Amino acid sequence: MSDTLNNRSLFSDETIDGEIATLNLGPTHPATHGIFQNILTVDGEKILSSEQTVGYIHRAFEKLAERRPFNQITPITDRLNYCSSPINNIGWEMTVEKLIGADIPKRVDYMRVIIMELARIADHLVCNSVIGVDTGALTGFTYMFQQREKIYELYEEVSGARLTTNIGRIGGFERDFSPRFHEKLKAFLKEFPKHFQEFDDLLLRNRIFMDRTIGAGPIAAERALDYGFTGPNLRAAGVDYDVRVMNPYASYQDFDFIVPVGTQGDTYDRFCVRQEEIRQSLRIIEQAYNNLPEGNYFSSDVPEFYLPPKADVYTKMEALIYHFKIIMGETPVPVGEVYHSVEGGNGELGYYLISDGGRTPYRLQFRRPCFIYYQAYPEMITGSTISDAVLTMSSMNVIAGELDA
Amino acid sequence: MSNVTQETVLTRLQEQFGSAIISNEMLFDVLTLEIAPDKAHDMIAWLKQDDVLKMSFLTLLGAVHYPNDKGREICMTYHLHALVHNVRLRLKAYLPIENPSIQSIADIYVGANWQERETFDFFGVNFVGHPNLIRILNEDTMDYHPMRKEYHLEDATREDKDDRYFGR
Repeated sequence: MSDTLNNRSLFSDETIDGEIATLNLGPTHPATHGIFQNILTVDGEKILSSEQTVGYIHRAFEKLAERRPFNQITPITDRLNYCSSPINNIGWEMTVEKLIGADIPKRVDYMRVIIMELARIADHLVCNSVIGVDTGALTGFTYMFQQREKIYELYEEVSGARLTTNIGRIGGFERDFSPRFHEKLKAFLKEFPKHFQEFDDLLLRNRIFMDRTIGAGPIAAERALDYGFTGPNLRAAGVDYDVRVMNPYASYQDFDFIVPVGTQGDTYDRFCVRQEEIRQSLRIIEQAYNNLPEGNYFSSDVPEFYLPPKADVYTKMEALIYHFKIIMGETPVPVGEVYHSVEGGNGELGYYLISDGGRTPYRLQFRRPCFIYYQAYPEMITGSTISDAVLTMSSMNVIAGELDA
Repeated sequence: MSNVTQETVLTRLQEQFGSAIISNEMLFDVLTLEIAPDKAHDMIAWLKQDDVLKMSFLTLLGAVHYPNDKGREICMTYHLHALVHNVRLRLKAYLPIENPSIQSIADIYVGANWQERETFDFFGVNFVGHPNLIRILNEDTMDYHPMRKEYHLEDATREDKDDRYFGR
């Protein structure tokens, strides 16, 4: 029985009872975890074809960005993949730093790595625990959300916010890690692996979970590349493309970690890749935290972009001028064209920035990994059952904010 | 590592396509070529199947609007990536605003499908040969292409607004 399930040959190509129905999966359906509409043509439980509608929460970010000074664009990036907003924020800041040629202290790099890897853990935790929910295991989800909460508390210590973090600044961080942050991070690093292992034990070799996920929504490596897959979904198909390794940014070359890959590109592989990535992220955080270099938590290179300390604003003329210019968005920006990408929660998150020297970008295009790989969804679910389609969607980690920009 | 660099890419492309490459420059770390729009499809197809370059990953596709550049207002941009060699390439093709048509590359990369629909949606670029060129993020009844520069957002520096009327 399980073999036929895994090979997806449970249903023949013939119709079951000769009755073809149209089913709206979404736009607002509890099983879709966001606003996605799929109009399915089904024969009994079997999906014959599917048609997607996207754009329900389109907020014109690229247009908005053309009217905003660079430091005011960071909050927009929060709302792309809101499960891992710090990665989006820091990716954008690094794009600007690349354009203006800022020299970033090593300490900032390491601090960023810690934050970004925490964000990756949070992102993958949500995705994987939701796969659990969709297979009927709600318990793991509740425990993992408790751990995610710990990560949110860490964000809070750094930026003051939880979900839409607006973390960091162009040129570094607005403040150094507080003593409370150190305390909480140490506690997290100590406690989290235990809880995570429990979650891992609950699902990884669970017979029911394996039967439900192995072979569900598979995609071959070549096809995935053709579709423009990146991130865990591509790695689950067996391609070891990771921006952190291929084009290291923020000193990722200093850390020792492996890039897990799968073989089948199905839901189970995507789950396993994310599980392993969480462990690797923990390793990176530990390395970065234990070797956190001394130094400044911001670059003194770019006073035109980095808001001066408030005390200086009241006492120093220069700081006051910079403060005013940054707040009013009157900072002169070099002319140039730059593409920078980071490894986001879902894959290569790119920023294509064209600056004409005005106060705002002339054009800013986001490479949103979700948007690019979600178009493969109909192909991945055709021929499977509706329940597998739901699983496939949650295992692809399609985030509405990133999909619709 | 591999010995394919951005120079190799440029030389091989020039050998193969000659005058279709109008200009080349390095913009930060990415080699940027301006190409003749009618050759874009062939060039991307050739780059994908070429055994030496193996430039077979489409990273990003989009457009930029330069309203003051008469006759070449819409700039199509393609970001390609040779994953094996880790070499990136940016292609640009300029199209006139009266008839912004370019051949679709959805037959080369399936993933270009939605990105081309998005570009059509926001810039009105007509992708010839696209299987399903309809709007994607905006609603179907919209009759303009909002990312073009003639559609301004409110100027953030304007001073003539009275806050009292806006509840602030």
